[in-house]
Amino acid sequence: MNAPLKRVAVACLVMFALLMINVNYLQAVRADGLRSDSRNVRNFYARYEVERGRITAGDKVLAESVDTGDNQFRFQRRYPGGKVYAPITGFFAPESERDMEAAENKLLNGSSPDLLVRRGLDLISGERTKGASVDLTINPKAQEAAYRALSASGKKGALVAIEPKTGAILAMVSVPTYDPNTLVGPDKDTVNKAYGKLDKNEDKPVIDRAVERSYPPGSTFKVVTLAAYLESDDSVTPQTEVDAPQVLDLPNTSADLPNYGGAACGSGRVTLTFALERSCNTPFAKIAMNLGYDALKEQAEKFGIGGDPLKIPMDVAGSGIGPEEDKAALAQTSIGQRSNQMTPLQMAMVAAGIANNGVVMKPYLVNKIADAEGGEIDAANPTELSTAMSEENAAKLKEMMVSVVNNGTANAAQIPGVTVGGKTGTAETARGKAPHAWFISFAPAEDPKIALALIVESGSAGDDASGGHTAAPIAKSVMEAVLGG
Amino acid sequence: MSTPSAELVPLPAKRRVAQLVMLAFAIVIVMGAYANVGLAIDGRVPAGMLTYGLGLGGFMLAAYLVLAKFAPWADPLILPLVTLVNGLGLVMIYRLEQAKMGGASATNQLVWTGAGVVLFSVTLIVLRDHRALQRLTYTAGAVGLILLVSPLTPFLGKEINGARIWIGIGGASLQPAEFAKLALVVFFAGYLVAKRDVLALAGRRLLFIDLPRARDLGPVLITWGFSLAVLVVQKDLGSSLLIFGTFIAMLYIATQRTSWVLIGILLFVGGAILAGMIFSHVQDRFTVYLHPQDPALYDKVGGSFQLLQGLFAMGQGGVIGTGLGQGHPKLIPLAFSDFIFPATGEELGLTGLMALLMVYALIVERGLRTSIAARDPFSKLLAGGLSFILAWQVFIIVGGVTNLIPLTGLVTPFMSQGGSALLANWILIALLVRMSDSARKPPPQAIQDEGMTQVFQR
Repeated sequence: MNAPLKRVAVACLVMFALLMINVNYLQAVRADGLRSDSRNVRNFYARYEVERGRITAGDKVLAESVDTGDNQFRFQRRYPGGKVYAPITGFFAPESERDMEAAENKLLNGSSPDLLVRRGLDLISGERTKGASVDLTINPKAQEAAYRALSASGKKGALVAIEPKTGAILAMVSVPTYDPNTLVGPDKDTVNKAYGKLDKNEDKPVIDRAVERSYPPGSTFKVVTLAAYLESDDSVTPQTEVDAPQVLDLPNTSADLPNYGGAACGSGRVTLTFALERSCNTPFAKIAMNLGYDALKEQAEKFGIGGDPLKIPMDVAGSGIGPEEDKAALAQTSIGQRSNQMTPLQMAMVAAGIANNGVVMKPYLVNKIADAEGGEIDAANPTELSTAMSEENAAKLKEMMVSVVNNGTANAAQIPGVTVGGKTGTAETARGKAPHAWFISFAPAEDPKIALALIVESGSAGDDASGGHTAAPIAKSVMEAVLGG
Repeated sequence: MSTPSAELVPLPAKRRVAQLVMLAFAIVIVMGAYANVGLAIDGRVPAGMLTYGLGLGGFMLAAYLVLAKFAPWADPLILPLVTLVNGLGLVMIYRLEQAKMGGASATNQLVWTGAGVVLFSVTLIVLRDHRALQRLTYTAGAVGLILLVSPLTPFLGKEINGARIWIGIGGASLQPAEFAKLALVVFFAGYLVAKRDVLALAGRRLLFIDLPRARDLGPVLITWGFSLAVLVVQKDLGSSLLIFGTFIAMLYIATQRTSWVLIGILLFVGGAILAGMIFSHVQDRFTVYLHPQDPALYDKVGGSFQLLQGLFAMGQGGVIGTGLGQGHPKLIPLAFSDFIFPATGEELGLTGLMALLMVYALIVERGLRTSIAARDPFSKLLAGGLSFILAWQVFIIVGGVTNLIPLTGLVTPFMSQGGSALLANWILIALLVRMSDSARKPPPQAIQDEGMTQVFQR
């Protein structure tokens, strides 16, 4: 009977082999699919099992996981920074996450390959895996000053402040905003209801206006047009005189391009410095028409406009000066109208690039990443994005922007004892509607520590909102917060 | 056969020390697993670790001593391997109990393990020569049948989870099919030894196959009909498949005729199709097997929810598992009984399951080795049948919960919570140990040297 017994033994072997192959197939090949199946509630539980890393800004904790002692939903997220930091931290809801919580999710929840060594040690010691903490470049004083100033009297808008020499983002505010603490509980229904309410709000509080929305930049864009002009001819200086008619006839159209409020610009022939100080429209439109679309586009690209989409690490919406049309369109584009659309972050990069002697640094929010034991995993490495203009030309532009604050439309941004450079913008949205108020600036001009861009949205600060009156004072308080500390 | 000479038959080593070391090793692994569960759940070594670990260790030491005394030549690996599987089952049940899963009780399972070891010892002590069972062939057959149909008796039988396979005695529930399978294997072995010549030789050749005589088909048809009856009346797909498959395998071992296997498979397929046409629950199982991820089936009562939860658990475990106490095996319905395998897969991962399957395969292999080494046909058939039924049961339940084959409810031997199965399987192991002892025991030596035996060169 040994021969059939041996065959039965082989049959048993085959049965076990089949079981083993199938187990391998399930747990190695199909594992990811099974894990991510929406009916697998383990994903949902797993979100509350890991002590997620903290999000900090220096000593200030912006997001942390609290041990609730609950069996099923042990760790829950808290945002001590609340509304002020919501556009940065985002939130960690039962079924989704947003902004920093989403962008650095794998590090925060400890599943990133960068934490492999740590996880290996935890496995041996039986420790629960903890997520890495993410330290941000945010300066809490600047952030809070910006939030206070922007949210006062129900304004809507956004502000981004950058350290020009590194690209580190010092402040990023968007108002109106939301309290992420309302979206963190493990009860899906409550959270979905709260989120639904935010989502239906027509002010879109969940949107981070600083990087997810673009607006016509208005007169702040004149610095880009001016940069293109300076770069096109080395003999151009702040004192170079240009034509500045009261009204510019736009070729091939019946339309004209007036100055702001239809006012005259000096005597009709002014220095570049004067044109920028007064924010005259006609000289810049004329310059742009002479330079042509390609030169303007090229200069814009050197500031990072219309290039590869940025990640800070959240995705940044694209900016662009619009497609090439006729000369009339180009004239409007050159003063930040027409199809010209910029995110506040992009305009902050323009200001920072000028302040940093023409070199635009890649903006970033994450300063460093440390594992649960404090060991550093990654640290920010400032990188150049592009060179927007030569050092000499950048110096000339800086000088003119300083003059705008000292003698021009932006005198509300003056800080005693500090050389501030800036440019206001008052962007038309639609006929009969209040304009957007813009301001871009940097300080101190000799050794820039901060560059920023801010926008106060149409209608939220009165019908006569302007860059100089509405936006510049907000910028001043933020710059003071950074420079004072 | 050549004449054995003293040199050609070396004394097999008893390997008692090796067995003791392996046993200790198994207990250490189980205690480590207990500690792991406690550390993961509340950060400290559970107080029960010593109770459970030493309890299990004590039982196994007793089993070892009985084995050393009453079956000294027995295979040294069988007991440690079974201890390991039984211990891991205990840990998983303990872990599920800690997660407050209703129905999971590690203490009960430990008590049943103790009872299993008692039955193991009693079997070894009472049954000095397993060939005594051959005389009980028809008694065993009758006992098996009665046990199998006992759940149908009014008042005694109980229906749990849709299958009428339980009898209640006092407050306890027993699953008589587990004992019936032992009795039936004894019956098959005795019956086939008696009839094997007729079944093997009579018949005529058709094409490539030796067909048996029509009247010899009787026993096969009776077993087949009986299996179908179990399926129909008790809705117990698992036991039906288990018994019929084992009968066919033993028939093949006894007769060495492939035709029996083919006839068996044909009958099985026919029966399955028939059952599928008549009974909706058989058909449902098959649909679930084909489309486990279909959302409609998932939501249906008796649909793929449980199977898919098991698959999710295994997917979540991945290659190295979540770690004991760190997964959610509680989410799988019946994770402590039928679905203990996927539950283990979630926490110990592919690595753990491969090791577990390897241990089962080793137990089966030791059993089959015993069968090959056995000296008489009855022992060969009985050991072969018992080993096969163990492998077949693991295949049916593990294959079922991993969606390799349609799911039929059976316990995972030694792991699933449940007294009957544990007791029956410990008796099964005692029988294998008894047979391996007699197979490995050196044959009686000649009292006086009869001089050199001529060995022919071939």
